[in-house]
Amino acid sequence: MSAPASAYAGTGRLIRLALRRDRVQLPVWIVAAVVLAAAGAAAVADEFPDEAGRVTALRGAGSSPAVLLMRGTPVGTDLGALVNFRNLISLLVLAALMSTFAMVRHTRQNEETGRAEMVGAGSVGRHAGLTSALVVVAGADVLLGAALAGTLLGAGMPLDGSLAFGAACAATGLAFAGAAALTAQLFQSSRAANAAAATAVGVDFLVRGVGDALGERAADGIRVIGAWPSWVSPIGWGTHVRPFGEEAWWVLALPLALLAACTAAAFALVDRRDFGAGLIPDRPGPESGSRALLSPIGLAWRLNRGATLGWVAGGALAGAGIGTLGPAVDEAAIGNTGVADLLDQLAGGGGAPLVNTLYAAMMNVFGVLAAGFVVQALLRLRSEEAGGHAEAVLATAVGRVRWVIAHLACAAGGAAALLVAAGAGMGLADAAVGGGTGVGPLVGAGLAQLPAALALAGFVVLVYGTLPRLTVPLAWAGLVASIAFGLLGDVFGLPQAVRDLSPFSHVPALPAAEMTAGPLVALAAVAAALAAAGLALFRRRDLSL
Amino acid sequence: MTDAIAVSGLIKTFGTTRALNGLDLTVRTGEVHGFLGPNGAGKTTTIRVLLGLLRAEAGQVRLLGGDPWREAVRLHRRLAYVPGDVSLWPNLTGGEAVDLLGDLRGGLDGTRRAELLERFRLDPAKRCRTYSKGNRQKVALVAAFASEVELFILDEPTSGLDPLMEAAFQQTVREVSARGATVLLSSHIFSEVEALCSTVSIIRDGVTVESGTLAGLRHLTRTSVTVEAVEPIIGLAALPGVHDLLDEGARARFDVDSERLPEVLRHLAGFEVRSLTSRPPTLEELFMRHYGDAVMEEASR
Repeated sequence: MSAPASAYAGTGRLIRLALRRDRVQLPVWIVAAVVLAAAGAAAVADEFPDEAGRVTALRGAGSSPAVLLMRGTPVGTDLGALVNFRNLISLLVLAALMSTFAMVRHTRQNEETGRAEMVGAGSVGRHAGLTSALVVVAGADVLLGAALAGTLLGAGMPLDGSLAFGAACAATGLAFAGAAALTAQLFQSSRAANAAAATAVGVDFLVRGVGDALGERAADGIRVIGAWPSWVSPIGWGTHVRPFGEEAWWVLALPLALLAACTAAAFALVDRRDFGAGLIPDRPGPESGSRALLSPIGLAWRLNRGATLGWVAGGALAGAGIGTLGPAVDEAAIGNTGVADLLDQLAGGGGAPLVNTLYAAMMNVFGVLAAGFVVQALLRLRSEEAGGHAEAVLATAVGRVRWVIAHLACAAGGAAALLVAAGAGMGLADAAVGGGTGVGPLVGAGLAQLPAALALAGFVVLVYGTLPRLTVPLAWAGLVASIAFGLLGDVFGLPQAVRDLSPFSHVPALPAAEMTAGPLVALAAVAAALAAAGLALFRRRDLSL
Repeated sequence: MTDAIAVSGLIKTFGTTRALNGLDLTVRTGEVHGFLGPNGAGKTTTIRVLLGLLRAEAGQVRLLGGDPWREAVRLHRRLAYVPGDVSLWPNLTGGEAVDLLGDLRGGLDGTRRAELLERFRLDPAKRCRTYSKGNRQKVALVAAFASEVELFILDEPTSGLDPLMEAAFQQTVREVSARGATVLLSSHIFSEVEALCSTVSIIRDGVTVESGTLAGLRHLTRTSVTVEAVEPIIGLAALPGVHDLLDEGARARFDVDSERLPEVLRHLAGFEVRSLTSRPPTLEELFMRHYGDAVMEEASR
């Protein structure tokens, strides 16, 4: 694309504007990544100081397709290689999500809210908006990579590997910045553009996971080379750089090429489409509201419908994917205590059959996803309030309690459906490939995760009733703290009392452990108490507009 | 109850800003009441207190004989509200939004809905995100006026409407007023308030500065007079109550306090007057009298 220089007029100002708007958000992402990497490096040095221990752990872990799916491929046996195995995938995903959200925030969201219209009427070129967004996000990715490399170097890791680790994360972030730049041009709403780009990250993670799970093991019994699916995935490219292994620097060219291609396509669309339009034009809808819409719960369901169906379908597919791997775990692990120990530890111990331990560990992950779903669904309360929609609804004959409960019901119902779908998908796939765990127990194991998600829902309602303007950051902080205290408590070496603060610490590891109703009832009671307190406070406060 | 809205001494503070500082507002049942004030005077805050969305800190607030904070749901069945800045759900169509808002209020009249869609020329099949500001405003107007309620609270309801739609709006307000409904109309458009309202309240910095019937308010203020005579008109400047005199010899323009008008006319009778026009003050002049000094302060800053 060749465009006149005037198309870029005002880019510098828009960059400063974007940096001003993101002066908290982007640094938080980068600091979170650095903390994760530093904690990983410290934990590895602490738990596996000698080579023999690392070899045992990797030999065991590397033989399990499920572990490879979640963690990626081992590249060696030194400390850095173990940090790679432990943290690289999650940091690649983090870089991808950071870039995606930032990109959409500074392109389509500006356009949708009308901010870009005001700015565009000034002396600002047609390409300035997209260019400034690219510069800011690319800068954040490079900074993220540099910070990670510096962190690992500071922890005593070798220079080559540290640089490759940071570069892989930065390059994956850049690839998704490009992808999001494109989806922001294709979709009319920032919500849809974000959903499309985040789905791309999720699908990419799974494709890469399947490739790694089917990977070929090297002669030393440690290193694994991912199979072809991981070569069509930008997250997979990040792992193929193999930081702290035999670094393949040339692989970094792949994400950069994707960025270049997506950017060129995005600029071509900017030149061709009308302001505010997407590629898919709006079709006329119904002229009148159906009965199903005309109630607070009907409206809440309508607002959540797309996201809920997406999450439920995703849960079923991911559950099925894990179910197909189950029986293979049993075969692979015969005579290998390393895997058994690792999974047993993941699932909270108990010495159950290995496949059930795997399912229990995976159910934990679905429990976290269900909690994440509940949080994002309930944050609609806040966006409806801030956007002025709540004012319109609450000025009718709808009381505040009824309005909140409609949204709570949608969030809880959606989370239950997600967990049932994941359990059913897992059970059906397990049965299809000859496993014997059964659909019923796995659906039950899924539903056992629900009270923990509801406890977080209660927390969100409480925060919403008390501090409306801080609801969004506090709600996500609650989820992150629950994950950190509950699921990663052992990694960070937290005392039991702190771990017990997380609802996830109290969920029985079904189907590996025995079902115990007590903690679940207690979680449900906590959820109800928090929500009731939140509702009472919400009834007493001003609407915050 | 003869008062649909009775507010006295209303106080509301946001942080360190006092938005309402002892505001009074009385709207009798069946009247169309204009609610005027510059941006930031506290009109929207007052309306949100009346709707039970904000809580009054001090003062008496009665709406349709009830407490708007504690009896919100029951009272809202009897009123319809049009906000100044209508925001709608982007993925619902206009028709769906009309039905939703109407139904949550307790149902709306299907024939009336169709009639109003026609009158306001609104396409109900379009998604709300594709509507302009004026069209979003129409959605809220149709949803409100298609309900058989006894009170309409309208917060700058015609911002963004073209003159044709402004006429349609005025017709609609007259219709609901004719069937006995009460209307509180917050507005910036003086001609609209003059055309529709029998009573007005003017507020400034969170307090009511003027309230009453339009005729009564006009009486309190000045009349503009233009007079032309054969000979030069002298002695006007010395008369009490004459302001802003523009003396052009045989022609003079001035404002006079309404209660001093007889004296001025007696004085003019001594000249051979060729033409005389006098005009009652417009609502805009009334308004500017209360805010003119504030505008001057702003300008001199």
